[in-house]
Amino acid sequence: MDAIILQILNGLDKGSAYALIALGLTLIFGTLGVVNFAHGALFMLGAFCAVTLSRLLQLSHEVVDDTRTDFLGNPLTVDVPYVYDIFGESAGAAIIDWAVPLAILFAIPIMILIGVVMERGLIKHFYKRPHADQILVTFGLAIVLQEVIKYFYGANPIPTPAPSAFVGSFDFGAVLGFDPGSIVYPYWRLIYFFFAAIVIAAVFAFLQFTTFGMVVRAGMADRETVTLLGIDIDKRFTIMFGLAAAVAGLAGVMYTPINSPNYHMGMDFLVLSFVVVVVGGMGSLPGAVLAGFLLGIIEAFASMSEVLEILPGINQIVIYLVAIIVLLTRPRGLMGRKGVMED
Amino acid sequence: MTDQVTNASGAPIPAAQTRRDARDRVLGLGKKDFGLFLLVIALTMLAPFILNPFPEGSALSQFNAGYPDLMQRFVIFGIFAIGFNILFGLTGYLSFGHAAFLGVGSYAGIWAMKLLTLNVIPSIVTSIVVAGLFAAIVGFISLRRSGIYFSILTLAFAMMSFALAYSVLTPITGGETGMQLQYFDPRILDGPLEPGTTPRANLFGLEMAASYQLEVGAWLFTFNAGYYIAAIVMLIAFYLAIRIFRSPFGMMLRAIKSNQQRMNYTGLNSKPYTLAAFIISGMYAGLAGGLLVAMDTQVGAERMFWTASGEVVLMTILGGAGTLIGPVLGAGFIKYFENIVSKINESTLEAWFAFLPGGLSDAAVAVVYPFVGKGWHLTLGLLFMAVVIFLPGGLVQGGSKLATVFRRDRNAGPVEGAAAEKRQAAED
Repeated sequence: MDAIILQILNGLDKGSAYALIALGLTLIFGTLGVVNFAHGALFMLGAFCAVTLSRLLQLSHEVVDDTRTDFLGNPLTVDVPYVYDIFGESAGAAIIDWAVPLAILFAIPIMILIGVVMERGLIKHFYKRPHADQILVTFGLAIVLQEVIKYFYGANPIPTPAPSAFVGSFDFGAVLGFDPGSIVYPYWRLIYFFFAAIVIAAVFAFLQFTTFGMVVRAGMADRETVTLLGIDIDKRFTIMFGLAAAVAGLAGVMYTPINSPNYHMGMDFLVLSFVVVVVGGMGSLPGAVLAGFLLGIIEAFASMSEVLEILPGINQIVIYLVAIIVLLTRPRGLMGRKGVMED
Repeated sequence: MTDQVTNASGAPIPAAQTRRDARDRVLGLGKKDFGLFLLVIALTMLAPFILNPFPEGSALSQFNAGYPDLMQRFVIFGIFAIGFNILFGLTGYLSFGHAAFLGVGSYAGIWAMKLLTLNVIPSIVTSIVVAGLFAAIVGFISLRRSGIYFSILTLAFAMMSFALAYSVLTPITGGETGMQLQYFDPRILDGPLEPGTTPRANLFGLEMAASYQLEVGAWLFTFNAGYYIAAIVMLIAFYLAIRIFRSPFGMMLRAIKSNQQRMNYTGLNSKPYTLAAFIISGMYAGLAGGLLVAMDTQVGAERMFWTASGEVVLMTILGGAGTLIGPVLGAGFIKYFENIVSKINESTLEAWFAFLPGGLSDAAVAVVYPFVGKGWHLTLGLLFMAVVIFLPGGLVQGGSKLATVFRRDRNAGPVEGAAAEKRQAAED
C-alpha cells in the first residue's frame, strides 16, 4: 500500500509538468488550430527566466570589508549584491533565496510577451498552411530558441535551488499511519503539484467564468459565427497564445529546482507532451490534463523495481506503448472531441 | 478503364507520339530525368575533384569537403533522404521516426558482419531486409492514422526502439557503448581472424578504407573505395527513385497526397499504396544504415534518437520535398554544414576579417561568431525556418526561381509561375 501511494506521488510531479505543457499545447491547438512544436522551447525559456532572475538578483559589487582580512593580511574584499544595498542584508538574502518563486512574477509578463510576438510575427502566417508546415516552422523555431539560449547560458545544466525553507522532505508515512520514513516526498515536488493544480484551475476558471473566456470558448467551437457577430476573435486568440506560453513558462520556472535547466530540456519534454496531448485527445483541455497526470503516474509505476523485474526496460517505453494502444483503440484519444483533427 | 493512352487532360494521345516517347526514353527514363541522372552521376563520380577546389594548406582549404569520411556521409545520407522523400514527398505522410529504420538497418548490418562475413554485400542486404520487415510492422500499425497522429505514432515507435536499444536489448545492441566488430566474432563464412587484428569491412577483398591519392600541383585528391561503392549504391537508389516517381505507383501516391478522400470514393484502397511507400522508404533507410556500418563498422543507439529523425526531415525540406534532386542536395548541404561550418573557430574568423580596420574586424567577428563553429545549429535553424516560410519547395524551388529571374526569355517566367501555382494548389 505504501509503495503504491509513493508511486502515485512520484507520478504526480512529472505528471504536473506534462499536464501544464499539454494544457498550453491544447490551448494553442484548440484556439488557433496550430500544432506548436516550439512549445517545449517555451517551457525551457520559462526555466531560464528563473535562471536569469536569480543571476540578476545576485549581481554584486565589490566592497572592502575592513573588519576581516584575507590570508595575506590585506583587508578582505567581499561581493555585495545590489539587493543588499536596496533592501538591507537580511531581506536581501531572503529575496535571493526566494529567487525561483519570485521568478513567477518575472516570467509571466515576459512569457506573455514572447507568446504574443511569436504569434503575431510568425504563427499568424501559417494558419492557412498545412499542419506539416506548421510543425516544420515551429520545429525550426524551437531549434533557434534553444541555440540562442545555449549561446548565452552555455551547454551545461545550471543548478537553481529552491528556497531553503522547502529543502527537505515531507514524511507522508507518519501522517497516513504507515511506518515513518516509508513514504518521504520532497517538499518542492509537493509544491510543484499544488502549483500546477492552481494554474490549471485558474486557466479553467478563466475560460469558464469570464466573458473573455466565454468568447474564446465560443470561438473554439465555431470561429466563423463568432467573427460574424462582430467580435475580433483573432485578438483574443493571440492573447490565448500568450497565456499558453505563460503556462508553459511557469511550468518551466517551477521545474528548475527539480531538474537543473539546460538548453535542450524543452525538447525532451516536448516529445512526451505531444504524446500526452494525443492520448488526451487533440483540442480537449480536460483530456490534456487527465492524460498528463495519468501518464506521469503510469511512468512512475513502471519504474518500480518489482515491475522492472518482470518486464525489464518497461519504464523507458511505457508512455509510448500506452500512446500506441490508445491511438489504435480510441482514435480520438481519451477525451477528444468529434470533428477535431479527425485525420 | 480502357487501355487507351491518354494525356494529362484526358484526351487520347496519338499512337505515333507514344511510340516516339518510348524511343526517346533511355534506361526507361524520360529525356529530362535522364539528363538529371547523368548530372548526378557526373557529380558523384567527380566529387573528389569538385569538393576539393582549394589547394592544400591554403587559408580556404578548410572548406574542402573532399575527404572520404565526409563524402561517404554525403551519399549515405543522400540515400536516407531520397527514401524519406518517397514517403513524405509523394504521400505527404510526415514520419518523425525514420531514424529507427536506419538504426535497425545498422544493427542488422553489423550482426551480419559479425556472424557471416566481412564482405559488405551480405551485410547490406541483411540491413535492407530487416529494416524492410521492421518498417512493415511499424507502417502497418502507424498508417491506420494520418496527419499529426501518424507523426506521433512513428515518433513513439522510434523512441521505443531507441529506449530498448539503450536498455533491455543491450546484448544485441551493446547499449551505451554500441556495437563494434571484434577479431573473435564467429564469422561462419570467413572464419575468425588472427587475435589482435582489426576487422575491416571489404568487398571481395577490397577494403572500404582503401584510398588512392592523387597530387596535382598543390591539390590533393583522395579516391576512396568505400566512397565509390556507396556512391554507386546511391546512384542505383536514385535511379529507382526516379522510376518510382514516374511510375503509375508514384502517381497513385501523389493522388493520396492531393486528395485521399476522393481516391477512396473512386473505389481505390489507399492503404496498400501508403504501406508499400512506407516499406520502400524504410528499406532505403536500412540501406543507408547498412552502408554506414560498412564504412565505419560500428553502431550506437544515438543513431535512432528522434533528433536523427528530425535531421532527415530537415534535409528533405531544405532541399525540396517531392522533388527528385532536392533531398540529395539537402543531405549534402546539412552534412557540409555539420562538418565544415562547425569547424570555423574564432581565430579563423579573425584571420578572415583581418583586412578590415581594427574595430570593424572585431565587430565583424563578434557578429559572425555566434552563427558558426558550435553555433552552426542556429544558422541551420534560421535557414530551415526561412526555407519553410519563403520557399516551401526548398532549395530546388529557390534555384528555379533564380533561374526564371535570370533567364533571357522573359516569357518563361509567367508560364513557370503558373505551373508552380497549379502544383501548389494541387498539393493543398
